[in-house]
Amino acid sequence: MKKSRIAAVLAGVATVALAITGCSAGGSGGSGGGGKALTIEDYYTKTYDPNYQICAKEVGVKVTINHVAGAGLIAKVLQQASSKTLPDVLMLDNPDVQQIAATGALSPLSNYGLDAGGDVKAVTAAGTYKGKLYGLAPVINSIALYYNTDLLQAAGVQPPKTWDELQAAAQKLTDPSKGQYGFAMSNINTYEGAWQFLPFFWTNGGDEKDIDSAGAAQALQFVVDLQNDGSMSKSSVSWAQADVNNQFIAGKAAMMINGPWQLPALNAAKNLKFDSVPIPVRDASQKITSPLGGEAFTVPVTGDKDKMALAGKFVGCLNKTSTQTKIAGTTGNVPSDSATADAWAKDHPQVASFVTVVKTARARTGELGADWPKAATKIYTAVQLALTGKAQPAAALKQAQAGD
Amino acid sequence: MTTATLPAARLRGGTGSRRPGRGRIRFVRGLARWLFVVPAVVFVAVFFGYPLVKNVTMSLQHYTTTTFYTGEAPWVGFANYASIFASSLFSTTIINTGLFTIGSIVLQFIIGLLLALFFKRHFPLSGFLRSLLLLPWLLPIIASSAVWKWILDQDSGALNQFLGLFGVPPTPWLVSPSLALVAVIGVNIWLGIPFNTTILYSGLQAVPEELYEAASLDGATGWRAFWYITWPSIRSVVSVVVVLGVVYTLKVLDLILGLTGGGPANSTQTLATWTYQKSFVLFDFGQGAAVSNVLIAVSLVFAVVYLYLNRREVDE
Repeated sequence: MKKSRIAAVLAGVATVALAITGCSAGGSGGSGGGGKALTIEDYYTKTYDPNYQICAKEVGVKVTINHVAGAGLIAKVLQQASSKTLPDVLMLDNPDVQQIAATGALSPLSNYGLDAGGDVKAVTAAGTYKGKLYGLAPVINSIALYYNTDLLQAAGVQPPKTWDELQAAAQKLTDPSKGQYGFAMSNINTYEGAWQFLPFFWTNGGDEKDIDSAGAAQALQFVVDLQNDGSMSKSSVSWAQADVNNQFIAGKAAMMINGPWQLPALNAAKNLKFDSVPIPVRDASQKITSPLGGEAFTVPVTGDKDKMALAGKFVGCLNKTSTQTKIAGTTGNVPSDSATADAWAKDHPQVASFVTVVKTARARTGELGADWPKAATKIYTAVQLALTGKAQPAAALKQAQAGD
Repeated sequence: MTTATLPAARLRGGTGSRRPGRGRIRFVRGLARWLFVVPAVVFVAVFFGYPLVKNVTMSLQHYTTTTFYTGEAPWVGFANYASIFASSLFSTTIINTGLFTIGSIVLQFIIGLLLALFFKRHFPLSGFLRSLLLLPWLLPIIASSAVWKWILDQDSGALNQFLGLFGVPPTPWLVSPSLALVAVIGVNIWLGIPFNTTILYSGLQAVPEELYEAASLDGATGWRAFWYITWPSIRSVVSVVVVLGVVYTLKVLDLILGLTGGGPANSTQTLATWTYQKSFVLFDFGQGAAVSNVLIAVSLVFAVVYLYLNRREVDE
């Protein structure tokens, strides 16, 4: 009896001792070498890491990069905000910047002497909350009309510039015997569906403050007509942009609306010759207003003033025009600085149409700020009501605007 | 009770010094009884009680993304409930939840019962087939819903290709507001059949063979044997299967999110998906909590019904 008791006590003491040493070892690990370490959080993949290493060298810090799955980033950020474990540098999709800034979790970038510089105006609009800049996006993107050059040549169709041309081209390019639709876009019931409808909505005078307007109804009627003509599949209400891209690559859609992030997949597709033009406008006198895409880097309030200053320097380095071109090279996006983007388009003709449209791009949160998600929900609800035939476009917009 | 007083009386009369000892033993026994119960009580309180209470308080607060950083959630009373009851989506979600649950349970149960009756007869490979039948239940639901989304695609889906062989035009399973709910119920039935079949099969095994033999002597075979012998014998198993099925189906989320995300124009939006939308897409946790409390209340009604039905059977 006594022996087993002594054995039990020794085992207990040994366990406690191991636990204590284990805890202390964990605390001291992580800061090897010289200089401070910064934690970065984003939803990219490992291919983005070299860009961080460039700036890590320049600022003289070690970086710990944490990649989170796209859809779960905001939930993770909220978790970290409540446990006060926010990263030193946080990447946010540009329409989320104002919503997170409104919580007080981000620090103004002016504290670190940063401003938007020569960036496209929409970048400032997206990253500004209550007059202060909280996020800067080094590379940006938008959406344009991709077309299959072989199919258009075979049908003798020119890339359309106006809505009438698009409608006619789509009808000509639809071939039910081959299962080929003339046009494809994403009208899914998520923010992606709202994002794809915005070029038609904004260019024709629609406004997110009140989506029930004549211009918006006309734009929605146009999209509904494309579907009812048979030029666009009825399944577009369940397609995300990735599904639209798959349809285009498989030859089931001759034209599609998508962004430059699809270029790696499009270039990898065998026997696919494609090009892109800005999304058509209704009337030749209108200028295309496409939505601004791209992610911004922010400096959360972590309480450690030195680390925050280093993080500010890091964000500044990422947004330098030289770094912008390096990042654009790895991601297929467009540098935010206007002059740099123009030079970039000369060497990269595949993104030329995107460089054109981002100049006049509009930030989704430019008017409503942190209240944008509600408006986006209303937009995709209206689009779905109209496309499924539950309501006429004008009534659909009214119902969605009034609805919850 | 009278027997207990006798020893005490004997003790009082006899060795009085033993009374404090007996009191201590009684106390220790009572304490031992409580110690057995305490871990379960703590577990239920922490993992069921606390979230429930927190959910109710959250539904009475303006709980948004800001709360996560500042910790402040201003009290708004019943404003969240008022806005969800006034919302146009409230009636839609209640109706969709009702149709989804009733449609799934009725068909899952009938098909499950028919399959269980079929497998009562042991034929070659019946054991193997029965284990194959379990497959839909074993697959992760999000994986099944992704595959079903492809199968049900209007233009290139396998189901429409198959129906096309019989001349049926491509059906918009997941994109037509009227058909989307039917498609989602269909997939849920496919998912739920294994559960019903397995439990009903084991319930049927428990019915003694002699009853059937005796009944066949009196001329009750086939349908009459089922109605007068099988059905009454498996009534308790049926109530378990139905109530568990209803409570589970009420909160189905991943299947609907994977297939339609709430459906074209909210046609497959149920209370569960609406809660998810409110809390994790729009980040209005107060309203999301209010909707989920409505769902909990509905589940509670079914739980009470189950308890009532069970009580009646004990009396019988």
